[in-house]
Amino acid sequence: MAATIHPPGTAPSIRSALTKAPTGIRGFDELTGGGLPRGRATLVTGGPGAGKTLFGLEFLVRGALEFDEPGVLLAFEESTADLTENVASLGFDLAGLEADGRLVIDAVRIDASEIVATGDFDLDGLFIRLASAVQSVDAHRVVLDTIEVLFGALGDEAIVRNEFSRLLRWLKDHGLTTVITGERGREGQLTRYGIEEYASDCVIVLDHRMHDEIATRRLRVVKYRGSVHGTNEYPFLITDRGLRIWPITSTALTYAVSTERVSSGVPQLDQMLGGGVYRGSTVLVTGTAGTGKTTLAASAVDAACTRGESALFVSFEESPDQIIRNLRSVGIDLGRWVDAGLLRLWGERATAFGLEAHLSRIERLLEETEPTVAVLDAVGSLSNVGAEAEVTSAVVREVDMMKSRGITGILTSLSHDAQRESSTVAVSSVVDTWLLLRNVESDGERNRLLFVMKSRGTAHSNQVREFLLTHHGAELLDVTVGARGVLTGSARLAQAAEERAAAADRSAELERRRMALARRTAEVEAEVAALRAQLATESAELDRLVAEESRGTAARTADRERLARRRESGSANGSPGSRDG
Amino acid sequence: MDANGPAHDDESGPSPIYELRLYLAGHSPKSVRAVENLRRACEEHLPGRYRIELVDLLENPQLARGDEIIAVPTLVRKLPQPVRRIIGDLSDTEKLLIGLQLRSASGQQ
Repeated sequence: MAATIHPPGTAPSIRSALTKAPTGIRGFDELTGGGLPRGRATLVTGGPGAGKTLFGLEFLVRGALEFDEPGVLLAFEESTADLTENVASLGFDLAGLEADGRLVIDAVRIDASEIVATGDFDLDGLFIRLASAVQSVDAHRVVLDTIEVLFGALGDEAIVRNEFSRLLRWLKDHGLTTVITGERGREGQLTRYGIEEYASDCVIVLDHRMHDEIATRRLRVVKYRGSVHGTNEYPFLITDRGLRIWPITSTALTYAVSTERVSSGVPQLDQMLGGGVYRGSTVLVTGTAGTGKTTLAASAVDAACTRGESALFVSFEESPDQIIRNLRSVGIDLGRWVDAGLLRLWGERATAFGLEAHLSRIERLLEETEPTVAVLDAVGSLSNVGAEAEVTSAVVREVDMMKSRGITGILTSLSHDAQRESSTVAVSSVVDTWLLLRNVESDGERNRLLFVMKSRGTAHSNQVREFLLTHHGAELLDVTVGARGVLTGSARLAQAAEERAAAADRSAELERRRMALARRTAEVEAEVAALRAQLATESAELDRLVAEESRGTAARTADRERLARRRESGSANGSPGSRDG
Repeated sequence: MDANGPAHDDESGPSPIYELRLYLAGHSPKSVRAVENLRRACEEHLPGRYRIELVDLLENPQLARGDEIIAVPTLVRKLPQPVRRIIGDLSDTEKLLIGLQLRSASGQQ
């Protein structure tokens, strides 16, 4: 073969050569960046009951339904009737697809007990069957389930191997995107007959294991030549709508964010949070038993429904009827919103299913209800279901599900240790707002306190509030800070009474002083009046004296004149010297 | 379908008639060998009481599915019951005879 020489820059790009065929399996295409390698064979291996056949079937069914790529299934283990029946519960109508000419199922029956091998043979019979099936529907996809049966049944393994690799070449030459299922081999081996060495483009391992009595299914992409892929084990689930894989990759932080604030249902709390929580953000409410987490969450739901928005309330602890009854006692009537079709209440024990089933249920509820506000009460219950790390990742995925849909999420979580402020589920870092409710015991009673531990993008109050459950819902009260710290309940009332009494005392004193002052003012004014009167009297006396004096002067003048006139007329001259009187 | 085996109709004998069908894919050396090996064995061990039908799957591909054929050549003993399948070019006469139950594994008929 002559080497092909490309001028610089014109070498064929490997990247462009690899295209992918979407499987339509939820989560898988995100995990692999688009699906399976197109025109190549992928090996899907796993133990019995791991979901290999289902993977292959969903790949075919979705290909036919969603991507207009008809398919062929060569089934070596199950009859067509069995297969059709088995996947009918997943909503896959194999018979219908066959009738529409979009799918061919050829169940290849091999009974090793009635086959004797003598001499050289090949698998042209299988090739002919496959070719005619592919031709009949113009198939783009092929599933061989489980072709390893051939190795055991036909005796001469060397021939089967040779034929198998010829088959893969044939599939590739015809551009068929193929899924080959294989049974997991002994320790360390991906398949019983080592067929992974032939299907070298992509290998997927499915696993079904028991963990704390709960079955968990996992998927891992062991190999994907020429493609970036997630290498972790991803939990998956067989739901009534097919497989569901939960790749972390979907937690890409690309949510659309809103600056709109929505009410938490408690006006005083909205005030503490600078006007409410951002729409589409996630609120975590933690607290010990009986601190009012559910009520706080219900208040937000009530507020949303009052605004005419739809809401979802999922409880892992109480039945819907119980929730309605209990919340009615604090004046929150969720029943009317249920009746109005705005609220969906859903109750189920978290222990009933594994974590993946739980996630799948939540996703389905979110998809069906399309709420603007969703409550999960309480995510801590999940720790009964899985190990802590798994629970955390499940909750992160829930947060992700809600954020990606723009749903305001409220998670509650029970914390057992009141002193430890970290929540039982270490998810506080993925939530936007964290409210901590705490019981404070003093003076023979327990009272509730609310703290805003954090609230992203909000200048939130750093203050503690007393959280009251009243007959008309939740309320926050300003706490009283006394000599012994924050006072709540009757201690707060006592403090308030004392303060009122002190205030009353202070006002009485003031009144007394005010009256005293008034009296003194009156006295002073009276004195001033008296002095004025005296002054007036004295002034009048002076006037009188002045008048008398002037009259005296005039008289003396007149006397003197009379006297002078008399002296002038010859009488003795006298000098009557007059003075002012 | 060309039935070109010599049909020796001898229904009076206590031994049953063997109805054999040989599935082939074209005229490959394997196919030719298988036909030769089968004829020789039948003449030797089933003289006068066998029928052979040859089926070329390239001409009748639908029969591969209908008759559950994967490997070629495949010899199917349709009669006497039960149905037996022998795959390969039938070069190992011992195994062929065992497969047709003309000889038990221990060597006796």
